[in-house]
Amino acid sequence: MTAAKTILEVEGLHKSFGDNTILKGVSLTLKEGEIKVLIGPSGGGKSTLLQCINCLVTPESGTISLHGNTVNLENKKELYQLRQRVGMIFQEFNLFDHLTALENVTIALRKVKNFSKVSAEKRARLELEQVGLGDKTDLYPAQLSGGQKQRVAIARTLAMDPEVLLLDEPTSALDPELVGEVIAVIKALAAKGMTMIMATHQISLISGLAQNVLFMENGVIAEQGSPKELLGAGKQTRTQGFCDRLSDLGEGGS
Amino acid sequence: MYASFAVIIDSFPYLIQGAFITAGIVVCAMLFGLVLGVCIAIGIIYGPRPLRYLLNLYLWIFRGVPVLVLLFLFYFGLLTYLGLNLSAFASVAIVLGLTTAAYQANIFKGAILSLPRGQFLAASSLGMSDIQAIKSILLPQALRMSIPAWSNEYSIILKDSALAFVIGAPEIMARTQFIASRTYQHLPLYITAGIIYFVLTWLGVRLLLQLEKSVRIPGYSDHGTNP
Ligand SMILES: Nc1ncnc2c1ncn2[C@@H]1O[C@H](COP(=O)(O)OP(=O)(O)OP(=O)(O)O)[C@@H](O)[C@H]1O
Ligand SMILES: [Mg+2]
Repeated sequence: MTAAKTILEVEGLHKSFGDNTILKGVSLTLKEGEIKVLIGPSGGGKSTLLQCINCLVTPESGTISLHGNTVNLENKKELYQLRQRVGMIFQEFNLFDHLTALENVTIALRKVKNFSKVSAEKRARLELEQVGLGDKTDLYPAQLSGGQKQRVAIARTLAMDPEVLLLDEPTSALDPELVGEVIAVIKALAAKGMTMIMATHQISLISGLAQNVLFMENGVIAEQGSPKELLGAGKQTRTQGFCDRLSDLGEGGS
Repeated sequence: MYASFAVIIDSFPYLIQGAFITAGIVVCAMLFGLVLGVCIAIGIIYGPRPLRYLLNLYLWIFRGVPVLVLLFLFYFGLLTYLGLNLSAFASVAIVLGLTTAAYQANIFKGAILSLPRGQFLAASSLGMSDIQAIKSILLPQALRMSIPAWSNEYSIILKDSALAFVIGAPEIMARTQFIASRTYQHLPLYITAGIIYFVLTWLGVRLLLQLEKSVRIPGYSDHGTNP
């Protein structure tokens, strides 16, 4: 097997809000089909890192490269292009409240990719069926459960054909009984070879899903490695210590 | 008593024509104010600093100076100074439009800022430009939320439009005053004018309530929150 190509390369990201430095030089590379899980204490900068990667938050310094091409963050066109190719799933779903599930998926296809109404709807129905919501296309976000909302959000992002998916605690805002349906969708994506970085507090997800674990603390990636290296029996890593503390609290999403 | 009725009946068609002119002024002013108000609100929220200062200054002026002063300033002052000729109708519509734009800008600004920031982030994350996100995601929701406040503003502008009589726009008030000065039937005439204003207010507010209901997002309660 040949080594997989590098899709995304992030180098030396710095970000502060006022005097508060959140990211202190974060670098990572993501290969095609690779899945990295991002864990770490609350406030450690996981969300900020993910939002910097597709420039929802502009980093002060550092570079982001897709397929070896460094994105010029000053150029709006390149910025919009980057965001289109790097999809984002939010903890709070962030569905467009005034649009049906179907319209939530079609709107960016229409506005950004200039799809016709017919082809956008066709594509949207396909994506919604993929996440098991083929029968909910005409419902509004307020009429959906949390798990359904998150699945619409996933369909909405996938419809743009992203090459990388960033997931920011996709199950943390869900009632425990709804977590499973979203996890199932994420696992199906992993099986199809989707490249992902997922921030999570759910340690049980790591072993089954991640090839690589990033442990983030105080604005840097403090440890990284395979789940075995960091969480294998008898390992005395900080990641292990953090996970033990989480488990003591009952394996909870925050 | 009989004379009063006779005057009302005789002058009723004339007054109703005035009602149409009043309605015309108000509709023009409100729509002008809507477009300008949305632009000002967006400029204040997303614009660069100098533009924000300029727009805030605009809000202060148009909220701080009485409409009557602005109307005289525009009609007798500015138009004469510039050597322009504009009808009283157009002048009133413009001045009321500029005034209500200031108030409407505040309504829209509040509505846009009250929307969860996440939806804008989500739109951006899909590759939408800021303008696309504002147009397709924020405005449709902000405008829906603004309808009750907008309906309030409508009733205020409707009543302010009576000031148009001072520059001779042939609306309800001017016509009422004209007939009253000739017939001396002030009491019944002004009661009639009052009733016409009341009916116009009621009609407009009802219509906007209907609009609010018809565009309400399914699944949301009256207050725009999850049931
Ligand atoms: N827009 C902002 N303005 C100011 N400070 C911010 C902003 N966004 C995040 N922060 C701060 O940055 C720090 C890191 O936040 P971030 O959300 O990235 O952490 P996190 O690792 O995702 O935490 P959690 O596990 O709770 O989601 C926090 O202290 C937060 O207060
Ligand atoms: Mg977070």
